Amino acid sequence: MHEFSITQNILAISLEKAAEAQASSIIKIRIGIGELSGIVDDCVKQYFDFLSQDTIASQATLSFEHIPVKLQCRHCQTVFSPDRDNWACPNCQQLNSEITGGRDCYVESIEMEVA
Amino acid sequence: MAIKVIKVLEDVLGANTELAKKNQARLDEHGILTINIMASPGAGKTSLIMQTIKNLKAEINIAVIEGDVASSLDAETVNAQGIPAVQINTAGGCHLDANMIAKAMDELSLENIDLMFIENVGNLICPAEFDLGEHKRVMILSLPEGDDKPHKYPLMFSEADVIILNKHDLLPLLDFDMPAFRKVIAGLNPKAKIFPVSCKTGEGIEAWLDWIRGEIKKANQRLP
Repeated sequence: MHEFSITQNILAISLEKAAEAQASSIIKIRIGIGELSGIVDDCVKQYFDFLSQDTIASQATLSFEHIPVKLQCRHCQTVFSPDRDNWACPNCQQLNSEITGGRDCYVESIEMEVA
Repeated sequence: MAIKVIKVLEDVLGANTELAKKNQARLDEHGILTINIMASPGAGKTSLIMQTIKNLKAEINIAVIEGDVASSLDAETVNAQGIPAVQINTAGGCHLDANMIAKAMDELSLENIDLMFIENVGNLICPAEFDLGEHKRVMILSLPEGDDKPHKYPLMFSEADVIILNKHDLLPLLDFDMPAFRKVIAGLNPKAKIFPVSCKTGEGIEAWLDWIRGEIKKANQRLP
């Protein structure tokens, strides 16, 4: 159900931006999904088809870019993307890192038709 | 007809985060320490709240916002202790959001509260992503769930201010590797406080209560 509220927000942001640009329809929405955000894109697509009915986004396609988890080692400052379960620093092997990327979900860009 | 592409780069949860800030400002006006409690179903969220109420209700005024997919069982349990409780039913939703909390706060008399617990929906994934306006995030891991959980749900463990290890009385019966667990948390979230407790026997609760007392003092200092 998590994706439902996420999708509502994606649609709301897109419709607002399209209205500002006086678009007649939205063609494509590019969405960035951090690996740690736990958002399933198929699920977003399904909700989007339902929620966008009767809006200028009803024909829009969604494209997703998956943003890998990025960590920075607090010990030696190395920035790295961990393997699935192994969060140890590849340089100094310490398990002591801060999450610096891969958490967010954002609307990256919107392609639209304007008169 | 022309085609136009606009850069947006807008956080999908931005509206929630804004509302959470408003909630927190409202809580600070009344000096209410607010704690968001997150855990799997059955880890002991309600039990921890009940233990805390039992031990602190003579000292301070407590209120509880209960989030559940359905039913009002937990709110009734809390109410039976003479503590104001508001039940939020998410109707299938996997987490609470800032808007639900704003509405629930309308039903409480905020001027009479020192400590507010928000019991989130039982889930180790989604609740970590939604800021509610709380001051502190407390997550409970019950020992039978296993010491590998920080590997599977790193976000939850890396965002918690406090990790309660509940059902600690069961430790002799389990293969829970405490040194390995502490090592992983020291790496993921070195600032997190870890309190091993048993909500059933009361073991370890005093350290948790002292932490709350200290945080309430800080909340009072935030009063305008």
